[in-house]
Amino acid sequence: MSTESAPGPQTGVAQDLQQGPRIAVSALVTNLREYGLVLALIAIMVFFQFTTSGTLFKPVNLSNLVQQNSFIIVMALGMLLVIVSGHIDLSVGSVAGFIGALAAMMMVIWPLGPLSNPLVVSIICLIVGGAIGAAQGYWIAYHRIPSFIVTLAGMLIFRGICQALLGGGSSVGPLPVGFKALSSGFIPDLIGPLTLIPPTVNAAGKTIVGSGLTLHMTTLVIGLVAVLAYAYFGLKARRTRERHGYEAEPFSLFVVKTLVISALALFLVYQFATYRGLPIVLMVMGVLIALFVFVTKRMTIGRRIYAMGGNAKAAQLSGINTERLTLMVFINMGVLSALGGLIIAARLGQAVPAAGLGSELDVIAAVFIGGASAMGGVGQVIGAVVGGFIMGVMNNGMSIMGVNVDWQQVVKGLVLLGAVVFDVYNKNKA
Amino acid sequence: MASTILEMRDITKTFPGVKALSNVKLMVEEGEIHAVVGENGAGKSTLMKVLSGVYPSGTYDGQIIYRGDECHFKGIHDSERKGIVIIHQELALVPMLSIAENIFLGNEHARYGVIDWNANETRTSALLKKVGLKEDPNTLITNIGVGKQQLVEIAKALSKEVRLLILDEPTASLSEKDSQALLDLLLEFKRQGITSILISHKLNEVNRVADKVTIIRDGRTIETLAKDDISEDRIITSMVGRSLDDRYPPREPKIGETVLEVKNWSVYHPIHAERQVIKGINLNARKGEVVGIAGLMGAGRTEFAMSLFGRSYGRRITGEVFLNGKPIDVSSVSKAVEHGIAYVTEDRKTYGLNLIDHIKHNITLANLPGVSRHGVVDDLRELSVANEYKAKTNIRSSSVYQMTGNLSGGNQQKVVLSKWLFANPEVLILDEPTRGIDVGAKYEIYTIIARLASEGKAIIVISSEMPELLGITDRIYVMNEGRIVGEMAASDASQEKIMRAIVRGEGKAS
Repeated sequence: MSTESAPGPQTGVAQDLQQGPRIAVSALVTNLREYGLVLALIAIMVFFQFTTSGTLFKPVNLSNLVQQNSFIIVMALGMLLVIVSGHIDLSVGSVAGFIGALAAMMMVIWPLGPLSNPLVVSIICLIVGGAIGAAQGYWIAYHRIPSFIVTLAGMLIFRGICQALLGGGSSVGPLPVGFKALSSGFIPDLIGPLTLIPPTVNAAGKTIVGSGLTLHMTTLVIGLVAVLAYAYFGLKARRTRERHGYEAEPFSLFVVKTLVISALALFLVYQFATYRGLPIVLMVMGVLIALFVFVTKRMTIGRRIYAMGGNAKAAQLSGINTERLTLMVFINMGVLSALGGLIIAARLGQAVPAAGLGSELDVIAAVFIGGASAMGGVGQVIGAVVGGFIMGVMNNGMSIMGVNVDWQQVVKGLVLLGAVVFDVYNKNKA
Repeated sequence: MASTILEMRDITKTFPGVKALSNVKLMVEEGEIHAVVGENGAGKSTLMKVLSGVYPSGTYDGQIIYRGDECHFKGIHDSERKGIVIIHQELALVPMLSIAENIFLGNEHARYGVIDWNANETRTSALLKKVGLKEDPNTLITNIGVGKQQLVEIAKALSKEVRLLILDEPTASLSEKDSQALLDLLLEFKRQGITSILISHKLNEVNRVADKVTIIRDGRTIETLAKDDISEDRIITSMVGRSLDDRYPPREPKIGETVLEVKNWSVYHPIHAERQVIKGINLNARKGEVVGIAGLMGAGRTEFAMSLFGRSYGRRITGEVFLNGKPIDVSSVSKAVEHGIAYVTEDRKTYGLNLIDHIKHNITLANLPGVSRHGVVDDLRELSVANEYKAKTNIRSSSVYQMTGNLSGGNQQKVVLSKWLFANPEVLILDEPTRGIDVGAKYEIYTIIARLASEGKAIIVISSEMPELLGITDRIYVMNEGRIVGEMAASDASQEKIMRAIVRGEGKAS
C-alpha cells in the first residue's frame, strides 16, 4: 500500500470536473483506508491459506468460518452505530447470552404450547432485545448517564439473569432442529444440483464422502445475480454522476475494483456451491449488511447519527432530536444482540451459561479495526464487517494451525492495536 | 537603533495541494509591539506555528534568525526554551485545575517529583500581580471568566522567562473592558522590554498599540508599515488588495408587515433556578427588515435568542411568539425550524458545525427532508444544493468535500449561514455573525444579509460591534441585564445613544 502519496485536502470521492488530473490520485488516497482494510483481509486470508496447507478455503471450513463468526458481525452492525454516535455498549455479550437462555427455556422447558414454535420464540426474543436496548438507552439518552457505566451494569445484570434462568451451571437443550437451521442450515437448492463428476463408489458399494463434484445451482445463481447487480448498479451510479457533471473516480480504478470484488465473490460462492450451498446465516447477514450500508450511506437517519456523533450540540441546534436518536441506536443494538444470541444458541444446539461471554470485546474490536473513531462521528459499516472478518479469519486460522487459545488473544490484541495505530498515523500525516 | 530580535527569511510552507506561505518575511525589533494582520486564511497562524516549532524545522523552507542565531526548532519546547511563547486563540488551560497548577503545569517547583506548593503559590501571586489579576492562586480555571483566563495564560508565559510573546487574536472573545486592560498590559510589557507579536483582526487595537504592522495576504508579505504610516484605511487596502470605500454594502430597505412578534418573554437560569436571565422582553421584526440587538457582554442577548429557538437555553420559559399574527409553538428546535425560525450561533465551532464532516453534509443538516424522499437522501440533489450555496455565499474551498474543520473562520461562518439559508427561514437570527472573521469576509456576510432582507426575510442581528449594527440594521433594540432598555431607528442611532440607553437602563434596573 502506498501510504506515501500525499493526501489532498479533499476527503470525499466526487470532485468537480475541472480538477481532472488530481482525481486519480486523490480518489485512491481518500479510499486508501477502505482499500487498505480489504487488502489486509486478503493478505491475512492468503497467509492462513498457506500456513494451514489449504484448509482455510476448503468449502467445509468456509461454512464453519461463517457460522462461527456471523454473530460477531451481526452485533458489530449495531455496535458501529453505537460507536459512531459517540457511545459504547459493553452489555451485548451478556444480552446475547440471556436471550439464548430465554429462547431455550421457551422452546424446551416452559409449557407454552404453540408459543414455543421457533419462529414465534425468535420474534419474541428480538422484541425483548429491543426492550433491553430501550431500557439501557433511556438512561443514556434522557438522563445523560455515561453509556460505559449503564452498559457495564447491563453486562453484569444480564449475565446474572442468564445464569439464573438456566438454573446455575447447567445448559438447556437440545433445541429443535428447525431452530438450529438458523445457524447450521443451508438454503434449499430450488433448481436442483448439477453433478459434474459423479462421486466415486468404493468396492462395498458406498459412495466416498467428498469425492466427485456436485454444484449447488441455486447458490451459483444467487451469486451470479448478486455480482451482476453489483456491477450494474455501480455502473449506473457512475453514469448518473457523469450526466450531472460529477466525476466519481477514474474509470480504470472503477473497473479494477469491480473486477477484483466480483472475482473474489464468485470464487467464494463457487466454494460454497461445491459443498452444501450458502449457509442461511450468511444470507441473513448479507441482507443485514446491505440494509445497514443503505441506512448509513443514504438515509437521513444515518446522516443524523453521524452528525450527532460529530458534534451533538450542533446537531441538536440543527433540529435533530438527539435524545430520541440515541434511544433508537440502543434499541437497534438490543435487537441485534438478541439476534446474535439466537445465532449462538442455534449453532451450539443448546443454551449455556457462558454463551457470548466476552464477545462484546470481539464486537467492539471489529468496529475499531474497521476504522471507527472512539470519539464518535467516524466509521463505516463495511469497515466494521471487514474488521469482523479479520477477527474471524484469525480465530479460525490460528485454531486450525493449533495455536494455543492464550496466544490467539495476544495476537488479536496486537492486531487491534496495530490497526488503530496505522489509522491514527495516517490521519496525522494528512 | 534597536537591534533585531527576530528575522524570518523567505519562509515557504506547503501543505498537500496548497501553498500556505510563500517567501514570507518578518522582521521584529527588540522591545516593539509588532502587529501581524491579514484576512482569515492569509497564513498568519501558519507563520506563527512555523516560528514556534509546531511545524518542525525541515517541514518548511526558509530561515529563522532569532537573536542573531539561526534556529531549527523541532517542537514547541525548543522555542519556549529560547523565550518564544505563543498564546493561542483557543486557550490551553485545564479547567478543573487551579490557576497556580495551570501556570506551572509541566514546570512545577518540585524536588524529586514532590511539588512544593508554597513556592508555586508565592510565585503565582507575584505573576498574577504583574498581569493585574486579583484572584486567589487556588481558584479553579473553570470559575473565572475568559478575560481572566487570558491573563492566566499570559502569566504562564511570563513564568517561562519570555522574551518574545506571541498573541494570536487575544481579544477575540473578550469584552471591550477586558480587551482594553489586555492592551494596556501589552504596553506595560513593552516598557519592561518584552517584545510582542500581536495577531489581530481588530484594526482599532492594532492602531492603538502597534509600533509596526506587517500585512500578509494569500501567504505573502504585502508590506510592513512603521508607526507613522499606520492607518486603518491603509491596512484594509493592503489586506484585501483593494480599497473598501464602504465597509457596509448599500441597501434600500423595503419593509413590510410584522413577521415575528415576541411578547413578554421571560427565562430563568438553567442552573441557578431563582435567577431570572430574561425579564419580560417584547420585540418584533418585520418583513425585509434588519433588526439589531445591541448590548454589552452578559446582557442576555444570546440567552434570549437561544431560549426562543426551541428552548435551547434556560428553564421556566414563559411568553408568546407570533408568526405573521398567529401564535406558534417553539418548544423544540425542530418546531422552531418548521415555523421558519433559524438561529446562527455565535460559537460556530461548538454549536454550529460538525467539524469532522465535510461542507456538503453540514449545509444540508438542518433541512435533510429538502434533499431526501421517504428518508432516503438524493445524493445528486444534495451535491447540487451544496454547490449552489457554496457559490451563493462564496465559500472558498477546493470542493464541497472539504472538512469544515479545515476552513478559515470566515468560510466556516459561511457554511453555517448556508445551512440555515437552505432551511429557508422567514426569520433569521444571527448571533455575532462576524465575530473573529476578517474585513473581506465581513463585507461578504453583510452583503448576504442585505440580499436576504431584500428577498423579504426578517433578520435579527445580535452584535457587540456598534458600528456594525449602525451600518447594517434598520432598527436597533438595546438590551441590558435581561431587559430591552431602548429602541431606536438606525438612522437616529449613534454609539453614544446606545451607550446612554444602556447606562440609563442600568439606573432603572437597580
